[in-house]
Amino acid sequence: MNNAAQYKIKVQESKYANSARAFRENVARDLDNSELRENFRGAMDYLVDKRKSAFSEREELDCLRQQCKLIKQRCLVKLPLLLEQLEQQLEQNGIVVHWAESITDANEIIAQLIERNNGKSVVKGKSMVSEETALNDYLELQGVECLESDMGEYIVQLAKEHPSHIIMPAIHQNKQQVAKLFAENIDGFDYNTDVDTLIQQGRQVLRDKFCQADVGISGVNFAVAETGTLCLVENEGNGRMCTTVPDLHIAITGIEKVVEYLADVPPLLSLLTRSATGQAISTYFNMISHPRQDGEKDGPKQVHLVLLDNGRSQAFADDELRQTLQCIRCGACMNHCPVYTRIGGHAYGTVYPGPIGKMISPHMLGLEATKDLPTASSLCGACGEVCPVKIPIPKILLRLRQESVKPKSDDKQVMKGQGAGRKALEAKIWKAWSLVHKRPVLYRTSMWFLTRLRGLMPKKLGAWTKVRTAPKPAAKTLHELMAQRSRGIRDEV
Amino acid sequence: MTNLNSQHLRKYPEKPQQVYLFGTCLIDSFFPNSGLDAISLLEREGIEVIYPQGQTCCGQPAYNSGYLDEAKQVARQQIQQFPGDMPIVVLSGSCGGMMRHHYADIFKGDGEIQAFCDRIFEFTEFLVHVLDIQLDDKGDKERVALHTSCAARREMGVHITGRKLLGQLNQVELVTHDYESECCGFGGTFSVKHGDISAAMVADKSRHLENAEVLRYISADWGCMMNINGALDYRNSKLKGQHIATFLLNRTQKQESRS
Repeated sequence: MNNAAQYKIKVQESKYANSARAFRENVARDLDNSELRENFRGAMDYLVDKRKSAFSEREELDCLRQQCKLIKQRCLVKLPLLLEQLEQQLEQNGIVVHWAESITDANEIIAQLIERNNGKSVVKGKSMVSEETALNDYLELQGVECLESDMGEYIVQLAKEHPSHIIMPAIHQNKQQVAKLFAENIDGFDYNTDVDTLIQQGRQVLRDKFCQADVGISGVNFAVAETGTLCLVENEGNGRMCTTVPDLHIAITGIEKVVEYLADVPPLLSLLTRSATGQAISTYFNMISHPRQDGEKDGPKQVHLVLLDNGRSQAFADDELRQTLQCIRCGACMNHCPVYTRIGGHAYGTVYPGPIGKMISPHMLGLEATKDLPTASSLCGACGEVCPVKIPIPKILLRLRQESVKPKSDDKQVMKGQGAGRKALEAKIWKAWSLVHKRPVLYRTSMWFLTRLRGLMPKKLGAWTKVRTAPKPAAKTLHELMAQRSRGIRDEV
Repeated sequence: MTNLNSQHLRKYPEKPQQVYLFGTCLIDSFFPNSGLDAISLLEREGIEVIYPQGQTCCGQPAYNSGYLDEAKQVARQQIQQFPGDMPIVVLSGSCGGMMRHHYADIFKGDGEIQAFCDRIFEFTEFLVHVLDIQLDDKGDKERVALHTSCAARREMGVHITGRKLLGQLNQVELVTHDYESECCGFGGTFSVKHGDISAAMVADKSRHLENAEVLRYISADWGCMMNINGALDYRNSKLKGQHIATFLLNRTQKQESRS
């Protein structure tokens, strides 16, 4: 078996499945890292403030969110039709479309395209979908050098890490850490910790690479079915370089990124940039409609689009879970998440961290690997409150919890790994709990015992009393006090 | 989560003569004095409070753990205990959110259950919007902080009513604390299932409340308060939480009844 074949088997179950399984250990590790926690808290506070100042008019925000939710829902209802239309329009424009059901399919398609064109050196614009397929690892095994050109992604690549945030991949590192990393990796780096200087020095390295690369790989924010246009939102100009300088441009995206009309894009874009970074608009907005045409002086000679499923159609098949696919990947849910702020992006072990990661990863990796994610939420609702396309995130987490604990034998197989979180004892406890709480006499008797035996309450109650004292039951329940009251007895506890 | 606008659109009834009280299971067995104080406040406003003995728990613990059928059976049991069209006052934003919004969801399309859901009012919401209560502060000068539960804030959309009630007390200065809208880390079974994350959250919440330099913080949800008080007590902090019903009652009567 050659390397590629071995890799294929390994990658069938994404490398992220194992790191997601280790969620609890990851959390324990990262909660203890005070520098990491400070980095996240500081960065999230900054992003929360930026978003807040970008939406000064509450009414406008409400209207825009409603509008964009409806756009995404309309597009999702018609998803199969729109994907066909998109393919047709793109092909008409000279852009070749490839369909990938799994991450391995996507990687193979891209590797073959590169091979066929004798590609040796790849520059990449930021693409979370390519992180999802672990494309860099795959191409490296094929002997193709892949360079991340987004500054954050570049830092993460140098550090041999993964993005810890979908918009700000290196947000877990502070400037001192980045300076140290550059000093170790960039020849002739003039050591300093000034952010602007750091970025300038990093960019100098990238600039040279852009000129040498023969393949550019990018993501897509919106794929317009009506016109066959690929829209790319970015701030550094690296996306434009990747999609115009090399002769071969390969874009990769998830099937849910298709929108019906060009007119759907402006409201979505406005909401995306403001929700993500508080910018009125991104520094660059690229609309890619065709390869270089006769008489044009730049642009790639070939443009390809790889459309990836990787579990998305499982979410699509269920009306409630389908809302997960409304996501436009702004990252606002993680910026506002008290859990993400504490544990950081790497602890999740998945490509997509935070609330969106908890919702989408079970479709990509199965519930067996990800069963700890949907429960790792206090359901505080901060994510749902800011979601630009109004995904009811807490409700979807509740639904995933249901799918996770329902019996494996249940006829309705909605998700891969259904029932993976079910524990026999826990199921019995809830059954007993339900039995007591639907029989008032039984309930009152139980509570009577609880209050009368309050002196026997254990001082240690597992995780609860690690950082808290145990609550003490009252001497008498409110039920009893009220029953006494109705008999004219006032007995204050 | 719920559309926040729904509260603006909510039509509040005229002041009724009678209400039902849903005490919540936590208040029932751990903090019944808060229930009695809430009842005293309502009665002082001339309202008869009916406390059905058949009530148990709203079903949220099972619902949040993914056990939908078990939650549904308990939910049905509650619904049966509150017949008629009398308002139902709930002593927690979290249980209120469950009964007002999640019941509607669980039993989608059932008109009778929707009618039940429409009768659910969170305690502070009821005092402000239905009773238009006017509080006469008789207590000494005091600085307090306010912790609003996430469910009250984001599901019930009533984060403003606790603030309004405290605002009516002339001698009370409400101090805002850092990250006021952030979750305390309780989340029911979350606090046990993911104990270390919950611990990190409640440690931060306690610190932010302590930094407000008050001796007392007020809340309308015993879930959060059991969590925060437990953490404060563990560290021997001087700061304590008090249920809003007790605080309002104590401030507006001549002698303090209960602490």
